[in-house]
Amino acid sequence: MITGSGILKGLWTTFRHFIKTYLEDIRSGKKRYFTAEGIEMRRSPDVEGIFTIQYPEEKLPVPEEFRYIPFLVYDEGENGEKEIRCTSCGICAKVCPPQCIWIVRTTDPQTGKPIPQPKEFYIDVDICMNCGFCAEFCPFDAIKMDHDYEIASYDRIKEHIFDLERLSKPASYYAQIRPANFAREEAARAEKEAQKAAARKANP
Amino acid sequence: MSEQTGFQQVEILEKFPETLKPDTRPGYSGYIVEPQQLVEVARALRDEFGYDYLSSVTGVDYLPENKMEVVYHFFRTTGGPAFVLKTQVNRDEAIVPSLTPLYPGAEFQEREAWDLLGIRFENHPDLRRILTWEGFHGHPLRKDWKEPFFEEEAKPYKSRWPEGHVYRVEDKNPFHDNVQYPPGFDPEQWSPETDELLYAGLKRVDKSDDLLTEQVVVNLGPQHPSTHGVFRMVAVLDGETIVDLKPIMGYLHRNHEKIGERNTFLQNMPFTDRLDYVCSMSNNFGYALAVEKLMGIQPPERAEYIRVLMAELTRFLNHIFSIGFLLNDLGAFFTPMLYALEERELILDVFEAVSGSRMMCNYFRFGGVARDIPDEVMEKIRKLVFDRLPRKLDEMDYFITNNEIVRGRCEGVGVLTAERAIALSASGPVLRASGVGYDVRRADPYSIYDRFEFDIPVRYNGDIYDRYLLRLDEMRQSLRILQQVLRDIPEGPIMNGKPQYQVRVPAGESYGRVEGPKGELGFYVVSNGKPNPWRYHVRAPTFINLTSLAEMCRGQKIADVVTILGSIDIVLGEVDR
Amino acid sequence: MSDEVLNSPGYEIPPEMQGQVAITTLDKIYNWSRKNSLWPMMFGLACCAIEMIGTAASRFDFSRFGMEVMRPSPRQADLMIVSGTVTKKMIPQIVRLYNQMPEPRYVIAMGACASGGGPFKEGYTVVAGVDKFIPVDVYIPGCPPTPQALLHGFITLMKKIEKQSLKSVPWYQKTPAEPIPIPILGPDLMDPRKFDLIKQVTHQMAEKTAQQEDEGEAHE
Repeated sequence: MITGSGILKGLWTTFRHFIKTYLEDIRSGKKRYFTAEGIEMRRSPDVEGIFTIQYPEEKLPVPEEFRYIPFLVYDEGENGEKEIRCTSCGICAKVCPPQCIWIVRTTDPQTGKPIPQPKEFYIDVDICMNCGFCAEFCPFDAIKMDHDYEIASYDRIKEHIFDLERLSKPASYYAQIRPANFAREEAARAEKEAQKAAARKANP
Repeated sequence: MSEQTGFQQVEILEKFPETLKPDTRPGYSGYIVEPQQLVEVARALRDEFGYDYLSSVTGVDYLPENKMEVVYHFFRTTGGPAFVLKTQVNRDEAIVPSLTPLYPGAEFQEREAWDLLGIRFENHPDLRRILTWEGFHGHPLRKDWKEPFFEEEAKPYKSRWPEGHVYRVEDKNPFHDNVQYPPGFDPEQWSPETDELLYAGLKRVDKSDDLLTEQVVVNLGPQHPSTHGVFRMVAVLDGETIVDLKPIMGYLHRNHEKIGERNTFLQNMPFTDRLDYVCSMSNNFGYALAVEKLMGIQPPERAEYIRVLMAELTRFLNHIFSIGFLLNDLGAFFTPMLYALEERELILDVFEAVSGSRMMCNYFRFGGVARDIPDEVMEKIRKLVFDRLPRKLDEMDYFITNNEIVRGRCEGVGVLTAERAIALSASGPVLRASGVGYDVRRADPYSIYDRFEFDIPVRYNGDIYDRYLLRLDEMRQSLRILQQVLRDIPEGPIMNGKPQYQVRVPAGESYGRVEGPKGELGFYVVSNGKPNPWRYHVRAPTFINLTSLAEMCRGQKIADVVTILGSIDIVLGEVDR
Repeated sequence: MSDEVLNSPGYEIPPEMQGQVAITTLDKIYNWSRKNSLWPMMFGLACCAIEMIGTAASRFDFSRFGMEVMRPSPRQADLMIVSGTVTKKMIPQIVRLYNQMPEPRYVIAMGACASGGGPFKEGYTVVAGVDKFIPVDVYIPGCPPTPQALLHGFITLMKKIEKQSLKSVPWYQKTPAEPIPIPILGPDLMDPRKFDLIKQVTHQMAEKTAQQEDEGEAHE
């Protein structure tokens, strides 16, 4: 083994990577950059050449299971009113590891009984650890993990406690970001409705 | 938990008939010994019965019985289950003889027990606080010590629902901050305790030649381009040669264990992700194993295969990252690191598609895993394991292994002999590069590792170059296991029953350990039947591997310290918890 | 721009030049050159540091934004990215480093821990947000924020820099910047700006415990 051969091998490897960046660009042509197809090509396990995803012009698509900050799902009624699915059962507040969810349950002003609607719902984003337990254990599919990661801000005292208004997003948005999960949940819900209808028919 | 084989148990009990009393509390195991006879029993265990590896020293506070307990887990390097020894002292006057003269690896762990619980160890060479600072008031892990932002004894807090009026917790503290002081304290009268004890404890060499030189004390860190995080070392230099070195940690002490005692068992899972933040799947694995031992449940077959798949992918990811960092420390500024990070990004894409997050995966549950792997992701893993990763590994081997600079700077530097490695309780690649073939996957198999064919690589020189070569070998063995997993993985459920958020854990203690990429990662969990653990301790491999840092650095040049630290491969989240 | 705005204190323009000087283009050029060449300081504390290294690596290169090198020395850096949990043992060093950075300097609090304590907020050695000691320009929530979220945070910071104007930036005012006093590690962390508050509260606590002891003895 000649002296210096180790260093030469290293230089040769770097040179090869450098040449490959040009060869791959020539081979893939115009569709390598700024197209969705090009991004897929640069994410697959057989990528060679330039590996960079040029944010903000090209955004790497996040997978369906991606979890960032939670959001509350509401179904759109016929007249455009928002029917929030949350019944303020409190399971998400109990299961949250750093306890960053605060819920005030609505009480009927006349009878004093609790109504299954949240009066106030706060999440402190400075404490949330994006674990996803609230979404995993919610029995009503009401709170889910969002994909939106572009939430940098200048002032945390005013902006980092998200209230009910900021957290509510429509079910159509949920179907858009998590299609497989939405389809599965809708199927389960339809099946339950069918079973309930069959039970009601059997015992009038 | 331990199940000694009947043979050894009989022998040891014969030698110490009255001193070893079996622990009869329900769910507990092991033997209780009086503090006065502790050193004698430990010496006999090491010299006569072959238990030469003291893996874990844990302190537990039993406030209702007014006792402090110290739990020791001894292992044999030839393999086998643990021998658990405990000693109990009065809580108000907790003095226990130290095992550091016999087992030097207990040094940092006993300092931690002193710092966090207030148990004083006699004959300890250097009993100072390690994770908090000198002058800190109180011993935080004691059950009657309340932190400044204390809200309620155990989670879930009642203040969050149904009347959860939001507040920021600092508004409830009179100082609007996370601080508390003893009553009557005057800050202007108080003089800071400098690091005199620390500097006094450093050795100086007695030089008697006629050249009048001075030995300089140099601080490396906590902010330094190469210390892998906030870690500080104090070195005494004679010219360029190191005479003595002491590490100082605690700059990232995030109170994992105290928060763990307030959490429920399930809520602790995302916190374990943040221990060794580069490989979060293996931390989850260790914790899930420890609690499943207590609960007595087993995950289904497909879940076991998925767990091994994730653990071995994590091992590959960690080793390639560590090799990249080692070369960064050697001065090859960032190029090999970029190649390593490219592979890491592809594996992180897999983790993101399966669990939802690149790094903080939170994927394991008690009794299985959280989600199943979709088919396109399986396809991607197949392509990675069978095609890309072996090719890239060979490329890294090709251009780094015979490089003259790497060989010249790494061979013969930072040598750790086999006997010292065992005595200092080193584990993982540091131990195996010194010639001791101890790997938890073979010595005390957990999960389904006994079904796979793989070798345990061992190297015999114990220097930095051997640790680098060993990590390459381990990556190859990981790929071998991964190929077998992908061939054999069955279909089926990934969890028995529905996911539960209220986990019922019976009373008892358990010690669950895995062979993490950095060493033996152990979780010691004590439960008293309530939803929250009574004591939760992490046996962090890099924390204990750092005891060997001082020994490896004596006699080397100061430029080598950074490379030696890089070869131990520390992660501060684990060192400081 | 109106004349009164131009004649603000700390920024004197001689009368013969007042009709000719246009501040807006100068502002734009000044800000453009500064925002496209911020050099971050190599300063990673915890898990977010690994995502920062991932952002510096080849997939999400941040040298495309002008952050060509990460300087370990604070004297040569413009931007401090506090990435990771800030503990009480580390905060004196962070404040020292911030004082050593020459102006113009910016701070990004990356991650939930640096913004407000994060999931470890209830701990006894965790500082609940680095903005208790040093001024922060941009907060990026997330645990950890993905590299794309961090790049979005950089773009937000650049938008903030674009809006700064020469007459109101702190480093061109008449008085120099005051260094932030370094906190001291005592029985617990002590912020020198709060010494009076500490003395007052601990005095009250001592009086209350003395009162309770007296009452206890009186009962006996």
